[in-house]
Amino acid sequence: MRRRLLLPIPLFVLVSGCAGIQSVSDDAGRESGLIWSLFVLFGIVTAIFYVAVIAFLIAAYWRRGGSNQDGLPDEGGVTRERSLRTAFFLWTGAVIGSLSLLALASYFTDRGLASVNPENKPMVGIDLVANQWWWDVRYHYDDPSQNIRTANEIHLPAGVPAMISLKSNDVIHSFWVPNLAGKQDLIPGRINDIVLMPRRIGHYRAQCAEYCGLQHAHMALDVIVESPADFQRWEAAQRQPAPAPATPLAQAGYAYVTSRECSTCHNIAGTNANGTVAPDLTHVAGRRTIAAGTLPMNRAGLYAWIADPQGAKPGNNMPTVGLNADELHAVAAYLETLK
Amino acid sequence: MSSPCRASLILLAFILLAGCDREKRGMTHEPKPETMAFVPSGDPRASDYENNAFQMSQGQRLFMWMNCVGCHAHGGGGMGPPLMDDKWRYGGRMEDIVYTILNGRPNGMPPFKGRLTEQQAWQLASYVRSLSAQPRQDVLYSRSDEMSITEPATLKERNAIMNEPPAPGHGPGK
Ligand code: HEC
Ligand code: HEC
Ligand SMILES: [Cu+2]
Repeated sequence: MRRRLLLPIPLFVLVSGCAGIQSVSDDAGRESGLIWSLFVLFGIVTAIFYVAVIAFLIAAYWRRGGSNQDGLPDEGGVTRERSLRTAFFLWTGAVIGSLSLLALASYFTDRGLASVNPENKPMVGIDLVANQWWWDVRYHYDDPSQNIRTANEIHLPAGVPAMISLKSNDVIHSFWVPNLAGKQDLIPGRINDIVLMPRRIGHYRAQCAEYCGLQHAHMALDVIVESPADFQRWEAAQRQPAPAPATPLAQAGYAYVTSRECSTCHNIAGTNANGTVAPDLTHVAGRRTIAAGTLPMNRAGLYAWIADPQGAKPGNNMPTVGLNADELHAVAAYLETLK
Repeated sequence: MSSPCRASLILLAFILLAGCDREKRGMTHEPKPETMAFVPSGDPRASDYENNAFQMSQGQRLFMWMNCVGCHAHGGGGMGPPLMDDKWRYGGRMEDIVYTILNGRPNGMPPFKGRLTEQQAWQLASYVRSLSAQPRQDVLYSRSDEMSITEPATLKERNAIMNEPPAPGHGPGK
């Protein structure tokens, strides 16, 4: 019996282990920190009341077993009545007090969430456009020639707020990086905003949080929070056009990708591939995953994806092109150079 | 028949109804393998693609993605001929349209062979024919993706296809 009572303790320990790359109990951002503190406060207050109610219940149960069950006043009845009354007032006071505490805490958390960018720092500006089933990412700057386009991955400098404009090309999706902030929907025909204020360097995972069709589950987004210096290096690298292919194999792949099916949908900066309806491939090999978290980014993943995208992510909007073996080797070799 | 018996029979009928799914939604190698050779007349893919709402709506998406809209508007025509009327220069059957899309036509229709997969050409052809309400009623969409002032395809009248003779030596059009 004693042992069983101790069981929840390892459970609590396990819960604290949930601070992974996709976890609400992590306070890697200002918003998620605020929300998590409020959650903990709610947890503690409601736990105290839960324990108290259960304790009263057990006490009432034991009391029933006593001698005073007839409901008639006995010699001690008057005093017992008084202590009951005190207990009742104390209880009511505790309920009112803690409800007010929770209301106040909610109010201040909400104000905290609403006051975006309280220190008025310059913000990183990002347009995030959701598609079935991938994320189109555009960084915009005062000088449009500096703009960056990528997909399925966002980089953020730690300690700098990022203003993200959320749009959708087809159906309603929802943007959720639990480690950094709460959810915000992406709705076709309108623009929603969310400001993230990442505080801790790390790799996090966002997931579309509004069911959006067949491959909703395969619609993840890598979020990389890095030091401002690293972020600037990343920005500079993203602005470079695609490197020219060096090996004959990669050159054959380049010829295929920039003249055939791929180029009608995909953009590769600095080449003839200038499609706009699919993820930008200029630096695709520098990303962590393929097709919004479906496959890891490595040679095997690239082969699997290019050879049979409909097998890897059935129903997605990239057709199975049907490359022969030579073409497949060449295309994969070329894509691997797009760091 | 006793009434519980009748009730369970009706229930059974409803359960059986669920088996009447309208169509298959093929992701890959469906409805037919992509490697099939093109048959200019009576290709078995023609009816498979035309009678499938999913393939037709993929065609609708591609019609925007491949910028067919730029020359044909949403079927009304512009620099390219209208696609929603009953007149066809190069034939209005699925096979004719797929041939047009893949190989182009001399007066300004660019060839898409090598830039579209054959499957996509079939999907597009299915959508092109929906513009003049040729496919089956239950396959047609009641609303198009774009803002539209024309009536939905399901309400359009299906006109018999009238083919103008094409310039000699061009494609399998009649
Ligand atoms: C009809 C348009 C279309 C064509 C043609 C096409 N793709 Fe794609 N491609 C897409 C779409 C849409 C996605 C996103 C799929 C998803 O994640 O749901 C994609 C995803 C990808 C990705 C993963 C990108 C990322 O950021 O994860 C790679 C790599 C890729 N395609 C390579 C190719 C190659 C190579 C070809 C030519 C053999 C090609 N694509 C042809 C539409 C296309
Ligand atoms: C650059 C402009 C342009 C683009 C882009 C274009 N077309 Fe055309 N299309 C034309 C022209 C011009 C013609 C007439 C050709 C002729 O008469 O020889 C035509 C003819 C056609 C025809 C034959 C019509 C008939 O009466 O027989 C079809 C079908 C067609 N286009 C479908 C498409 C589809 C589907 C796409 C997108 C994949 C597309 N077109 C993209 C310009 C274009
Ligand atoms: Cu989604």
